[in-house]
Amino acid sequence: MWFPRLASDRVLRARPVDGPFALTLRQANAERLHCLNAAAEAEGLHRAMALADARAFCPGLLSAPADPAREARFLETLRRWALRYCPWVGVDGPDGLVLDVSGASHLHGGEAAMMRDMETRAARAGLALRCGLADTRGAAWALARHAPGIAPSGETRAALGPLPIAALRLDAGTVIALQRLGLRHIVDLAAAPRAPLARRFGREALARLDQALGHLPEPVTPRKEPPHYATRLSLPEPIGRSEDVMEGTARLLARLCETLAKHETGARRLELALRRTDGDDQRVELRLAAPMRDPARILPLFARGIEAADAGFGIDQLRLEATQVDALPARQIGGPQRIAGQGDGAGSFGIDDLVTRIGSRIGLDNIQRYLPADSHLPECAFNVAPAAFSPPDSGWAPPRPRPLRLFPPEPVTADGPAPPNRFKWRAMPLETLATNGPERIAPEWWLPENPGPAATCHRGARDYWQVQTRQGRRLWLFHTPQLPAWFVQGEFP
Amino acid sequence: MYPSLSGFPLRPSRVHEVCGAGATTFAAICAAQDSGPVLWVRPAWSVEILNPQGLCRFFDPARLLLAQAPSHEDALAVTEEALRDGSVPLVITEITRPLDLRQGRRLQLAAKAGGTTGLCLIPEGMGSNAAETRWRVSPCAAPLSMDSTRMRWEIIKNKSGTPENWEVLWDDTTNRLHVVSPARVGSGSSGAPG
Repeated sequence: MWFPRLASDRVLRARPVDGPFALTLRQANAERLHCLNAAAEAEGLHRAMALADARAFCPGLLSAPADPAREARFLETLRRWALRYCPWVGVDGPDGLVLDVSGASHLHGGEAAMMRDMETRAARAGLALRCGLADTRGAAWALARHAPGIAPSGETRAALGPLPIAALRLDAGTVIALQRLGLRHIVDLAAAPRAPLARRFGREALARLDQALGHLPEPVTPRKEPPHYATRLSLPEPIGRSEDVMEGTARLLARLCETLAKHETGARRLELALRRTDGDDQRVELRLAAPMRDPARILPLFARGIEAADAGFGIDQLRLEATQVDALPARQIGGPQRIAGQGDGAGSFGIDDLVTRIGSRIGLDNIQRYLPADSHLPECAFNVAPAAFSPPDSGWAPPRPRPLRLFPPEPVTADGPAPPNRFKWRAMPLETLATNGPERIAPEWWLPENPGPAATCHRGARDYWQVQTRQGRRLWLFHTPQLPAWFVQGEFP
Repeated sequence: MYPSLSGFPLRPSRVHEVCGAGATTFAAICAAQDSGPVLWVRPAWSVEILNPQGLCRFFDPARLLLAQAPSHEDALAVTEEALRDGSVPLVITEITRPLDLRQGRRLQLAAKAGGTTGLCLIPEGMGSNAAETRWRVSPCAAPLSMDSTRMRWEIIKNKSGTPENWEVLWDDTTNRLHVVSPARVGSGSSGAPG
C-alpha cells in the first residue's frame, strides 16, 4: 500500500483547501516542497522544488510547514488500521505499508475485492492510496508505485517486465547509469548478463532484482505492538458504595499489575475512570512516588480519590490505565542492593507510599529534597528537587559555617565597611558583641544569567560578617562595597 | 543519652512544641539524635529558606524530606498522615496559626498510632494544650568564642515532669550537646538536673 500524498492528505483532512496546496520542509537552508496535493501537481509543481520557484509558477499556492514526526505517527495509526486485513503489517519507508496477505485475502472476498475495499476506505478517509499485490514484496512495491494492480501468482516476471528500472528500489545514480546503458525496463535488466552488471554496479542492483522476482527472500517484519497498560471492568448493575468501587479497582489492579510484571515495568501514574450510568466520567488520578506494581500497596493509595468521587446514580464501568510507566526490573527481596541513604528496602518502600499519599494531597512536586549545587553564593549552593524523581545526594561541605535560615536580604541602617555597633533589625534594637569576617563572595560572572534571586545579585560583591549580638541572636550581615549598604541575610544556630 | 537534660531526647510517640528564636536549631538537634529520615513540613508561602548548608552541621541533609504545604490545613493534614504512617520517625512542622485543642489532640493520637515523634515549631504562645512538652529556645551571647552555639533551653510546659531550664552548647566534632550550666535564674523550679 502506498500513500503517495500522505503528508498533505493528513493536513487537508483536518482543514480542506480548494486549489493547490503544498507542505514545505526546510532542507539545506531552503524551503522546499515536501508533499503536494493533486491540484498542485496538475499545475506542474513537483517535490523538492524550492517554494519560491513554486510560487512563481503557481501564485495561488497555499503552503504549510511539514511535520515529519506527526506523519510518522499518522502512518503508525494507518498501520494499526491495516491490521484489519492481516496480522503481518510492516511500515515501508515514510509513506508506505507492506502487508503479507497470504491466507488472509479470502476473508475479504478475494484479492481484488480486498484491494477495492482498501481503496474505498482510504478514499472515504480522504487519503490517496495505490495498492500493488504480487508474490514478492519488491514486486508489490513496484506495482503500487508504477502500475497499481494485481500480479497473478507465478506471473511476477511478466507483470514487472514492462516497468521502468526505477521500480526496483535502486538509488537514483544507479538508475541513471542503467538507463544510459540502454537498460530502461526491468525485462532488459533481467535479460542482461549478470556478471558484468555485478562488477559495475555491485551486488545491490542485482539483489533488488532478485528480491522483486522472488529469487531472494524478503520477509515482512511486523512492528512489535507496544504493551497496553489498561484494564476495564463492565458491571451488569451500577454500583455506588465506595467499598464496591474499591473491590472493582482491586480486580482491575491485579490484572494491570500482571501486565506490568510481564514487561518488568512499574506504574508511575495511574488513572481510574469511573463511568456513570448518566454517561458522565469521574476520573481519579494517582501519581506514585516510585514505580510500583504491587496491587496490595497501590490499592490503599486509591482510597482517598475514590472517597471523593461522586457516584451519582451509580457506576457501571471502571477503567484503569497506567498512563505513565517506568522500568522496574525484578529485584531480589532482602538482597544486598539498597538505595543509599534510604535505609533498608522495606523502610524506603514505606516512605515511597507515604510520599505518594501526601503527594496526592499537596502535589507530588511539593515534596522535595535538597541536592548540593556547585556555587559559592549561599542561596545558589543547593538545588531543591522533587523527592520522587531524584535520589538523595550527600556531600555537603560548606567552606565556612553557614546560617541555618536564610531570608531575602533585609536592609539595616549602617554606614562604613565595618559592621555597625548598634543596629535595628525587625524592630529589635541590637548591639554587636563580636564579629567575624569579612568573607567576600563575588557574583558568578561566568554564568550568563545568574540563577539566584536577582535582587541580591545585581549589587556585585558582598562582604559577609558573622555578628554575635549582645541580645543573643547570631546574624549573618553583608555589606555591598559598590553600593554601600548593609543587609541581614541569615541567622546562625 | 543526656541524663542531665530531663525530657530530652524528646519522648517518642508524642508531639512536642518549641518556640523562640532558636526553634529551628532545636529541631535540627532533635533530627541529629536519630539516623532515620526526617520530614519537615513547611508553609509554601514562606520566604525564609531552610539552608541545607547550615543543617549539615547537625545532620546529613540527604535524610531530609521537605513538604511544602500550600495552606495551614494542608500542613496539619500532611503532618497527621506522616505521623500515623510511621515510616518517618521524626516529623517537624512549622505552625503558622494557633493550634486548637482538637488539632493538637489529633496530632497526638496520630503520633501514638504510628509510634513517631512530632515536633511543632510554633510562634510564641500559639501552642495547643495537647502538647507533651513545650520548649522555649533562645540563643545567648557567648563573648569568648565566635562559633559558639550557646543557647538557653527552657521547658515551659511538661506533662510528665517539671519546667526547667539549661544553657547548652552544640559540639560539631562529637555531634553532641553539652550542658554548660544548670538553671541559674529559672522561671519554674530550680531543681538541679543530673
